[in-house]
Amino acid sequence: MERIPILRMGKYLLVTIQVDMHDRLAMQLQEDLTARIAAVQARGVLIDISALDMVDSFIGRMLSDIAGMSRILDAQTVVVGMQPAVAITLVELGLSLQGVRTALDVERGMKLLEESLRTTSGDHPDEDDGPGGES
Amino acid sequence: MAQVARADVLQVRAENDVVAVRQAVRTWAVQQGFTLVDQTKIVTAASEIARNTVIYGRGGTVRIEALVDGIRKGLRLTFEDQGPGIADLELAQRDGYTTGTGLGMGLGGARRLVNEFAIESKPGQGTKVTLTRWK
Repeated sequence: MERIPILRMGKYLLVTIQVDMHDRLAMQLQEDLTARIAAVQARGVLIDISALDMVDSFIGRMLSDIAGMSRILDAQTVVVGMQPAVAITLVELGLSLQGVRTALDVERGMKLLEESLRTTSGDHPDEDDGPGGES
Repeated sequence: MAQVARADVLQVRAENDVVAVRQAVRTWAVQQGFTLVDQTKIVTAASEIARNTVIYGRGGTVRIEALVDGIRKGLRLTFEDQGPGIADLELAQRDGYTTGTGLGMGLGGARRLVNEFAIESKPGQGTKVTLTRWK
């Protein structure tokens, strides 16, 4: 079966979505990712969606769900590279990607992950910085 | 009065067809000279309605039409299924309302992403959704 590859880099997992995902593939990614987070005790997940030319409510929900699930598994999620046209459309569609942190590109996304790990290291990661997302 | 310059009909029966519809609508939108944002909006709206056709309508078709109205160019998508239909159209279009497992953003969201939106449905006879976006 078709699968989206998940790369491990130290304590982080990296996912680059490069195909036009059908719904089952999106669900599969969600399952694979949560399994990998638990298996390798990942602390952060970076999802690059710069190749996605649209995000509809299904993919939007998948991103929110991944962020929520990884948080429960003690990992932070950052979604990077959203195209401006996709962002405009998402907002008009009525989705706010609740609980999903975003960054403009991979570099800034990694920085965001490192910073959030630094502030939470040795402690539980639930400090009150709100749902975040618009940074 | 808008003239139909070109038309095509695609099957919308399985999950993979939703991806095929997105790609076809993208191609047609590019050919009609839509901006990237306008392409993304009509593609996203098409994705929402195509998924509804598969899941709730138990499969159907979409008719894609390239419209010309004087110097205006547009794209009209007509999704039709012979599924169970929608009993309460107003409720079905309300954000957050769903009888399935989704977010309930599909109909209302798609409506906001196009210039003209029409829905007809009779319980037991199926549903017809028409989306039009002008350049």
